Amino acid sequence: MADEALFLLLHNEMVSGVYKSAEQGEVENGRCITKLENMGFRVGQGLIERFTKDTARFKDELDIMKFICKDFWTTVFKKQIDNLRTNHQGIYVLQDNKFRLLTQMSAGKQYLEHASKYLAFTCGLIRGGLSNLGIKSIVTAEVSSMPAWAEGLIIGLVTPTFIEPISSVGWGQCSSSRSLTSSSIC
Amino acid sequence: MAVCVAVIAKENYPLYIRSVPTENELKFHYMVHTSLDVVDEKISAMGKALVDQRELYLGLLYPTEDYKVYGYVTNSRVKFVMVVDSSNTALRDNEIRSMFRKLHSSYTDVMCNPFYNPGDCIQSRAFDSMVTSMMIQVC
Repeated sequence: MADEALFLLLHNEMVSGVYKSAEQGEVENGRCITKLENMGFRVGQGLIERFTKDTARFKDELDIMKFICKDFWTTVFKKQIDNLRTNHQGIYVLQDNKFRLLTQMSAGKQYLEHASKYLAFTCGLIRGGLSNLGIKSIVTAEVSSMPAWAEGLIIGLVTPTFIEPISSVGWGQCSSSRSLTSSSIC
Repeated sequence: MAVCVAVIAKENYPLYIRSVPTENELKFHYMVHTSLDVVDEKISAMGKALVDQRELYLGLLYPTEDYKVYGYVTNSRVKFVMVVDSSNTALRDNEIRSMFRKLHSSYTDVMCNPFYNPGDCIQSRAFDSMVTSMMIQVC
């Protein structure tokens, strides 16, 4: 489909454009990632306004997260989120097994550390959408391995103390103090 | 035909408020302010029986002797409040609903405008002209 490639290529150019025009020291202290995330934030705000124009009112947080996983993700990336998990205390994990913006990168470990640049915009997108719906959140994303294209986004709502650093190896090692209940939406 | 139209942000401050005739503006501002309480009551869980929870249109908020006030809440918690003249009995519910839908579309367009920062007052001329078309024509 021609229209998919449009945004993909534009997004790649956007990331390299931000990094090319970065000033001294900005790459190291993460200003570039912040710029990309803020771009996504504003886009997310506008998008959510348009998408929720005709939908019914949301009952609660879980309803909003399901909307993000199904309708929002489908409209932006033409597929749904593969797995949604929550601990019912404000942390949601969204897993996409074939993230559109990363499929064009080669399988293997070579470009793994650069993947985070390409996730910043999407994190901002989600954060902007949620903020417009009234939920303050922190969105982080990580890619566990390129061949599987598994991307998990951890969204912590309202209280940042719930966010714990997750090692990039696997989901089994995260949040050992709290159990994540699994509820997949298909 | 509305007498006063207001757009209120989710933090409950006005993004846009316009009334016709322009004297007695303060009275309309005050009416819109008091209607915010009614809006909050309708969308809270307590008012479960009062209004269909899945709908965005809230209906008649409260009537006064001269005016009727209607409300509408979007999913992003932005409230639209419309004050209509009570003597205008020809105005039906469907017409009010369609006026709110038009407001919502215009608001969405304003939101997607790259020159607009969310949270600022709405200064878009297109939005202004759409609201003018909805207000009573004063000759």
